[in-house]
This record gives sequence, C-alpha cells and structure tokens, in this order.
Amino acid sequence: MLERTELFPGVFFNALQTDKFKSDCLSVSLLTALDRDTISKNALLPRVLARGSARYPDMDAVNAACDELYGARVIPVVRKVGEMVTLGFYAGFLADRFTPDGSALLESVAALVGELLLHPASEGGALRADYVESEKEKLIEDIRGRVNDKRAYSAFRLIEQMFCYEAYGCDDMGTEGSVSEVDAQGLTAYYRSLLAASPVEIFYCGAADSARAAAAVRNALAELPRGELNWELGTDIRMNTVEARPRFFEETMEVGQGKLCLGFRLGDSMEDPDFAALRVFNALYGGTVTSKLFLNVREKLSLCYYASSALDRFKGALFVFSGIEAGNLELARGEILSQLRDVAEGRFTESELNSARKAVAGDLRSAADSPGALEHYYLAQTLLGLDYGPEEFAGMCEAVTAPQVAKIAAGAALDAVYFLHGETEDPEDWEDFDDAEA
Amino acid sequence: MQKLEYPAVGETLYRETLPNGLRLSVAIKPGYKRCYAFFAAQYGGADRRFQVNGEFLDTPMGVAHYLEHKMFDMPEGDNALHVLASNGAQPNAYTASGLTAYHFESTENFYENLRMLLRFVSTPWFTEESVAKEQGIIGQEIRMTEDDPDHVVYDELMRCLYRRHPIRDSIVGTVESISHITPETLYHCHRIFYQPGNMALAVVGDVDPETVRAIATELLPAHSGETPLRDYGKRERPLPDRIRYMRRMEVSAPQFMLGAKLEPAPSGTALLRQKLLCDVALTCLFGLSSPFYSRLYAQGLLNTDFYADADYAAGTATILAGGESRDPEAVLEAFTAELGRAAAEGFEPGYFSRTLKAGYGARVRALNAFGGLAASLADADFGGYNLMDSFPMLSALTGEEVQRFIRDNLAGAERYALSVVRPVTGAAEEAGRGDA
Repeated sequence: MLERTELFPGVFFNALQTDKFKSDCLSVSLLTALDRDTISKNALLPRVLARGSARYPDMDAVNAACDELYGARVIPVVRKVGEMVTLGFYAGFLADRFTPDGSALLESVAALVGELLLHPASEGGALRADYVESEKEKLIEDIRGRVNDKRAYSAFRLIEQMFCYEAYGCDDMGTEGSVSEVDAQGLTAYYRSLLAASPVEIFYCGAADSARAAAAVRNALAELPRGELNWELGTDIRMNTVEARPRFFEETMEVGQGKLCLGFRLGDSMEDPDFAALRVFNALYGGTVTSKLFLNVREKLSLCYYASSALDRFKGALFVFSGIEAGNLELARGEILSQLRDVAEGRFTESELNSARKAVAGDLRSAADSPGALEHYYLAQTLLGLDYGPEEFAGMCEAVTAPQVAKIAAGAALDAVYFLHGETEDPEDWEDFDDAEA
Repeated sequence: MQKLEYPAVGETLYRETLPNGLRLSVAIKPGYKRCYAFFAAQYGGADRRFQVNGEFLDTPMGVAHYLEHKMFDMPEGDNALHVLASNGAQPNAYTASGLTAYHFESTENFYENLRMLLRFVSTPWFTEESVAKEQGIIGQEIRMTEDDPDHVVYDELMRCLYRRHPIRDSIVGTVESISHITPETLYHCHRIFYQPGNMALAVVGDVDPETVRAIATELLPAHSGETPLRDYGKRERPLPDRIRYMRRMEVSAPQFMLGAKLEPAPSGTALLRQKLLCDVALTCLFGLSSPFYSRLYAQGLLNTDFYADADYAAGTATILAGGESRDPEAVLEAFTAELGRAAAEGFEPGYFSRTLKAGYGARVRALNAFGGLAASLADADFGGYNLMDSFPMLSALTGEEVQRFIRDNLAGAERYALSVVRPVTGAAEEAGRGDA
C-alpha cells in the first residue's frame, strides 16, 4: 500500500509499489494557494522550466534526453485543486523490465525532473527572458482559446462569475492582464520564494521498492532550498448563496446550440463532509448514464445531447452543465431543478441508488488500474487530509444510504445560472427567470 | 484459441476467427480489476451505398451513427446502456467513418455484462416512435459539432481532399438528412453490417479466454449472411479535389488542419508495415521531439496542441496534421518543406535511432490503456495483421526505408490541402477596411 515519508522538511514522498504496469510514474508537485495575483506566475513557471535547464539548454536537448530514456514524457503540470494550486512535473516512463537493453530508467528520470525543477536555463541569474516571453505568449493564446470549446468555456464562465468574490473564481491560467504583467525578473524572484516556501508532494508508482525510489528522488532534489514553509493552504467554503436569489449571467455569441450551466452551494453538507455520500449523490443526480439528469433531461424529454453534473468536494459546489436548443431554456432549467427536488425528497428508487453506488465504486476500483489515476487520487486525498485508498473508498460508497443522498440534495442551493446562446434568441425568455426559483 | 506470448513486452494474447466469422482477440492482464470489452462492426458514416438483395441502396448521411444510438433500445423495453450501467459497467459507443464500436469497462460481473453487450448489439429493435424521438437528441449533437471548430476543420479538410468518397460527408449527418431515417433503414443496415463476419470482439483484462469464446459462440448467430458489398464511388485521384477551405467562427485564433491522401496498403503485414512507416515518418518529421516542432514552437507558429497522424478508414488513408496557429499558411509551407528536405536528405542516424527508441517505449506504455489496446486489437483483426508484430517490425526499420517512404508517399506540396477556421473578430481589419 501507499508508503509516505518526509524526505526533507515539508517534502513528502508517497510510493506505491506494483509490477502491474508497463510504465512507472513520478510526479513532483509544489503546493501553493490559489490567488488571482499569483495564478499566472504559477501557470507560467512549469512551462518555462520545461523549456530548458542548465544541462539541457533548449527543447531539442530536453527532448533528446527524454527520447534516450525510451521516450519518457516529462510534462509540466499546473492544477487547481479547490483553492490550492499544485505545480510541477509529471513523468511517465517505461518500467525497467521492459527496456530492451535492460537499462534502469527511474534514477535518470528522477534526475531529469530534478534538473528541470531546480536548475533552469538562465541568463544573468534570472530565468531566460526569451523563454518567459514565449511562454507568456502561449499562455495568452490558451486564455483566449478558452472560447474555442464552448462546453468548457461555458463552465469556466459560470465559475468565474459565481465565485467572483472568492479565490475559486479564477482558473489555472489567470487573465491576459495578469500574464502580461509578468517579467523574467519578477518570475525568477517568485520562483525562488516558491521553491523555498512550498510544501512538496511527490508520488511514485511503479515496480521499484520504495527505498530505491526514495533514494532516487532524494538525490534528484538534494539541492531543493527549504525556508520557512507556507502551510496556510486550504479552501474557504461558503455555505450560503451570495444573494437571496440566484444570480443570472448570460452571454451571446455566434453559436447554434445554447449552453445552460447552473451552480449550487452544498451548504450544511460541507460542515463535516461525507465524501462517499457526496460522490454517490452526484452519480445519482447527474454523474452517469443512469442518472436523473441523463434519463429525464436527455432521454425522456430529448432536450439535449448532454446534461450532467459535477461536484467539487474541496469547495462544496455542485454544477450542472447542458447543451440545449436556446428556446428550451425554461423547460430544461425547470427539469434540472425538479430532478434535484426529487432527489432531495427521496423520490428515487433503490435500483437508481444502487446503480449510482456501483458506478462510483467501479470508477474508484478501476483507478487502481492506472498510474495516472492513482497519482490523481492520492494527491487529492493528501490535500484533503484523508488516508484511505480507492478500494476502501469504494466500500464506503457502496454503503451509502438513501437518506444520506437525499440530505445532500436538500442542502444544495442554486447560487448562479449562466446561459450562452446565439445572437438571434429572444431575450424575453430570460425575464421571468428569477420568479421561478423561490 | 491460438495462444501467443510476448515476454519482451509482457503480453499474452489469444486469437481466433470463430466459425461464424467473428474475429476474436483476448489480451490477458493478470492482477487488474477492470475488464474491457470492445465490440465493433466495420460500418461507419462513409458506408452510405451498399447492396441489399442484389440491389444497391442509398442511405442518408448519419445512418450509422443514428443506428448506434438506437441499438441500445431493447425489445423488452429496457435500454442496454442503463442495464449495463446498473450492473456496474461503464458502457459507451461511437461511430467513425468506417467503424461503429460498442464498449464497456467493469470491475465486477464482467461475463454478465459481456453477454448483455453481445445481445443488445445483435438485437435490432426499432419503432416509428423511438426512431422519431431520437431526432431531438441527435439534432442537439449535430448542433454541438457544428459549433466545434475541431469538427469543422476536419470535415472541411476531408471535403477538400476527397471528391466523391463518402468519407467527405459528416458522420453524424445534418438535421435534414437524419429526418429521412426510418426504422426500415436501420433494419437494413443492421442486417447487412452487424453480422459476425463483419465484426470483431476484443477483450482486455484478467479473464478466461475460453469463457469469452463460449459466450460469443452462444449469443451470436451461427452463420454470417451475405457479405456487405459497399460502393464508395469511383477511385479517387491522388491529389486533393480542392486545396483550401476557410470560414470564420467564434474562435480566439486560427484553427487549422492540413492533410493529404495516401494510397492505403491492402491488408495484412503490408498494411501494418505501412502504418508503422507512416507513424515513424511523422514522428521523426513532426513529433513533439522533432526539430520542426521545436523551431515552429519557438517562432510562435505552433503550440502544444499540434499533432500529425495518419487515419485509416473505409478504404482510405489520410495524413492529418493540425492545431492552432496565427499563420496556418506558414505552417503548411514549413511542413511541406520539411517533407521535401527529409525526402532528399533523410535523417541523421543518431536522431533516427533515438526517435525509434522513444517510439518503442511509447508503444509498450500504450499497452497499459485498455480502451486503446482493445480498439487496436480489433483494428488489427479487421486489417488482417497481428498488433504484436509491430514491436519487432518497428525495431527493424531503417532510416533509408523511412526516407524512401516519405519520398514516395508523403513529399510534394501539391498533395496537401489546408482547412482553416479563423476568428470572427478582426475580420474587418484583416480585410483592410474598418467600415466593413
């Protein structure tokens, strides 16, 4: 099972030994707070570091090193997790026993990750300005590119506006403005302070025993500076809606299909959250093809191609995303809310509940079959201070009862609605919107 | 079943073509909890015209995909998607140009779920009412794809490249074309294409291959009917029909796809070999480790979305490369120049062997992904080759062979077409008149 040790102050090494996989994975994540002022620096850093190091000064050199390691992939990663950010590298590489020449890759890959993280290509003591400028340009392209995927864009816009007074309202990239303000000097100073102050979570999954893997990582990160650590990390959970009535946001664009997104606060369910019940509730309401939303909004009423829910257990927020004919706004919104009411009032069958439990448990158990899913699972568990593995969590989910699920639905309060639609739609549809939800 | 062991990559494979014609592959994965089943018919969006009872039948755009949606309805009134999901499986399906696939993954009740999968896919049940009802859902799916720039650049590139082959038409069809679909259309298509001889089943997991075989034998028809005879139209000429497409949508920056037709090798080892040559050539030339990519990335012409790939479907093979760029024309120019350079000069030996090494590692690692592995096994069964042959074949490729392949099949600017979706905003400035 997962072995956890502290390698250096605030640097935690988590290892899961298994010879089930063809590949090993190793991730190094610095932890910091989600904040509008620093998010763009956080987003830029791994990208800039991945451009080159002292030893491998440019992309060609980094790529050649990776290719020599049987195509190891060392990917810069930035993740928003509740109101925290994890940033660093995720490496996936061939398990030693499958290298045709019998070479061991773990030590070399760990060293490469350490090299990229700690010894960036620099000029005059700062990160290379050309790399910083080039990555700024690309990050700005990505920020502008949010609009290209309307489904993701509409979800982003709901969250941005619903949480406009909270750190959670920013995503993992920031804004064009916050990216433009970054320069090489400032990013270098930020990088140094982050390296010294961040708790670090390392995850290894593969065939090597934990002592060997720990030694490889210890060597690779030997020069990681450690200063006063910032442990002020966490997620503020707002129990109530921002205003007495749900807020409404709309946007028009040249699109054929409307996107309707709803955001809820989970309220009291977040006092002492029952993570198994939250997960089963989401599966029952809108997380699967046997969910209330899929069966009713899509299958019964044919209102959409997709209508699904997602739940953020860090923030205590529930979201519903759907793609609908703009003229069906009222009908779809009404049905989405009425399905939630049904769950809250216990109007679901044992078989629906059972399907939801099974879906969640199956999902968790199959996480144990993928290095990437395990990394993701355990990082989140660590950040929530939970120590149970996917198998145990699956068992907890299978024991969730109908009243536990109903209670979560009953506590959910609609806080914001976002609607993206074509230019030609009649905005009057929008008028009686706020009367409907009392 | 034939048992094949590949200790170098740690795989054990069972293969057999059953007496009814079904191609069956099982990859054994000891110690895994999840099992994956992939059941596919060689029937997709491009299979529009085919022979039924000696006569050719023309069907509307979008039938294969419509059929995929409606297959889940069961005669007893259940929906197979829900039955499978209620039984702990994660089922789904998709339709491509030359393939319709139904699959599920589960960590429990695998054999029971497999029975359900085989049963629902081989049991057609369509009514006027249920077929009509699906128009709303699929109509929304069509709308969604019409708003998706990635779909648009792909569909339009195929229209540029192909003059008549139905691969140029949208797989999901249009709101208008699907309005002509009747239960009878669906029954015809099911009867012709969903017969064991036109299908493959691939299973990946810690399972007993003989039990899988027994279930397939029990649940599927004992014989196949008439062999589907498709008509894809007159043979295509090697060059594109048109070389450019451009339209404007709500996007932040130009989204592009460029491509060329390739004459596909017929089947068997020759086909696998061509696929590998193509893959290695494109990785050496345009992979994320290539000098081409790092140069254009540094120039700000490409970002991490860029990819280059070959797609084999419905008797066609197409080279595709795309992503986002402020200047797609410049990317195309650099792309064809790089092909020309490699055709003339080949690759530096150190670079070639390193890329091959990386490709080997990536292919072995890909064996971890159940869904991808099952789809590749089915694809290999349809193509008449053994997927596992790709490892020794890959290691034996030489730089000269790849260079020759590039020279004979990929190089030449005249082969390429470019499809671009540009942003709406800025259209007036680009045209040079602020008052447009």
